[in-house]
Amino acid sequence: MKTQQLMQGNEACAFGALYAGCNFYAGYPITPSSEIMEIMARELPRRGGIFLQAEDEIASISAVIGAAWAGAKAMTATSGPGFSLMQEGIGYAAITETPCVIVDSQRWGPSTGQPTKAAQGDVMQAVWGTHGDHPVIVLTADHVRAVFEMTVEAFNLAELYRVPVVLLLDEILSHMRENIFVPEPGELEVIPRSRPANGGKPVAPFGGPFIPIGYGVRFSVTGLAHDDWGFPVEGPPAERLLRRLVEKVRSKVREIARYEALYLDDARAAVVCYGIVSRPAESAVEALRSAGFKVGLLTLKTLWPFPDFLFRELPGTVEYILVPELNLGQLAREVERAVGGRARVEHLGRVDGYLLTPDQIAGRVAESLERRA
Amino acid sequence: MLIHTAAEYDRYLRTDKLPTVWCPGCGNGIIVKAFIRAVAALNLPQDQVVVVGGIGCSGRTPFVLDFNTIHTTHGRALAFATGIKLVRPELTVAVVMGDGDSVAIGGNHFIHACRRNIDLTAIIFNNMIYGQTGGQLAPTTLPGRRTTTSVWGNIEPPFDIVSLALGAGAGFVARSTVFDFDELSAILEQALAFKGFSVVEVLTTCPTYFGRYNSNDDPYDMLHGLKERTDPGEEKLPVGIFRNEPRPEYTELYRQLTQKLGGGGQP
Repeated sequence: MKTQQLMQGNEACAFGALYAGCNFYAGYPITPSSEIMEIMARELPRRGGIFLQAEDEIASISAVIGAAWAGAKAMTATSGPGFSLMQEGIGYAAITETPCVIVDSQRWGPSTGQPTKAAQGDVMQAVWGTHGDHPVIVLTADHVRAVFEMTVEAFNLAELYRVPVVLLLDEILSHMRENIFVPEPGELEVIPRSRPANGGKPVAPFGGPFIPIGYGVRFSVTGLAHDDWGFPVEGPPAERLLRRLVEKVRSKVREIARYEALYLDDARAAVVCYGIVSRPAESAVEALRSAGFKVGLLTLKTLWPFPDFLFRELPGTVEYILVPELNLGQLAREVERAVGGRARVEHLGRVDGYLLTPDQIAGRVAESLERRA
Repeated sequence: MLIHTAAEYDRYLRTDKLPTVWCPGCGNGIIVKAFIRAVAALNLPQDQVVVVGGIGCSGRTPFVLDFNTIHTTHGRALAFATGIKLVRPELTVAVVMGDGDSVAIGGNHFIHACRRNIDLTAIIFNNMIYGQTGGQLAPTTLPGRRTTTSVWGNIEPPFDIVSLALGAGAGFVARSTVFDFDELSAILEQALAFKGFSVVEVLTTCPTYFGRYNSNDDPYDMLHGLKERTDPGEEKLPVGIFRNEPRPEYTELYRQLTQKLGGGGQP
């Protein structure tokens, strides 16, 4: 008998992290993410893990990276203003191939913005926020059980690809409560943190599996362009490093893509969404189907690397795509690029801090299809 | 074990990474040597030592030292080191930073590491200037001194790093100079052995920038200048150990907390 539990989004995130084996959390209080920190502060010490309330978000991400190199599965959680501060650390994690998880519960911005109302304004920041080309994986979730699952997924992908993984939540998802079946132990796959094998020839710490420091292989870790032992390089070896870092994620788009498709087979129109917007979008698509419109739904859970292939492989019947977002057009541009003119792509943005309604989404789709017909 | 010979020092160096990037006449190499002597004197196994560096001339230290080494971001070395030490409290973690690194961009992390009293040894290479970026004003540059961003003479008062560390609550606070190698390595030895947050400010020399812009770029004269500035006397900058008072250490308190809660004391 599975246990049902009324759980808040942030709670699901914290317990998902613990399920994934997270044993280090460092953070700084910020709404709407603080419950994640509060739960970790309560749970980690009694499970033998480490909780650190850092002096700011820069220290949080830096301590997370240090902890990861010391062998911990480490995470932090924040919201927009703190996420901005963490960008330098995310770049360091990317170039040093440090597995770590950063949760950003998005709120209306820029700056202090509307504390605290929901938005999806940090999508492009999650992808491009730190300077320089770099690999990163960006995930989202659309209901409380999915927050749990995608947090576990974030840890798994961080281990598999040795990258910082950003999980984008938002104020609504963080604070809403749903009755969920909490995953049982063993129900979800958990990829363990690698430990160096005892004995044998030392393997270089970069370009292969992750090796924590202090287990008998001495090497260098640096944010400089570096060779496979972590020592500075310039010119062509630096180019080789950067291409390898970016390719290790870019070449695995299909393996990293998480998404759900509904009613796409015969669809004339598709709603493409992610995060909390998939809730009203699903209601809208159901309503449109009931009204006789051939509309499908594509919910993206991996936002980056962007799953271009999904749009290349959309049924030829799809002539119209609506991308509803709580921003003024961020992922819609990626959709438009990936669609490559094969269908008309429109963006529907809501930026007053509240969620798009099913009527707003259904209304726009119906209007566009009728105008076309 | 007290070490003397080049071969004994080489054991702790990545000799294939030498020479360092430091300019001729730079005082930083003296700090590295004093650090090695202190580690050897304490018989610390190389695998059990972590050296964390920030960004700047001092930040290049980890590359030449044969320990577990992490070269981090500007100002954040203490925050990275805090994460490492919490997860692996059995490791000896030394943090090398410059003056700008530790008390300008990293000032927040510095005072909080002092307050938290986590068992790290912060070694601050204070050359009173930003060397690696070409000689700009530091928060430790004395009034009137010329740098590329105080070309008419500095009008800002400097930080006194020792007072800052004392005020913020560090358990071990000392100042030394690259003029007095024996004193410096003896202080570093005590700092590394201290259970708690230890701060060693080391006055070092930058002939290339500080010297050149302030009418004396002779490395020998600059070393002697450090001696004169720190000679005992009322107007002089005091050196030595200013505080050596163990108080409950953070990772130990954390271990006790997890044990009390049944968490086993280890992640």
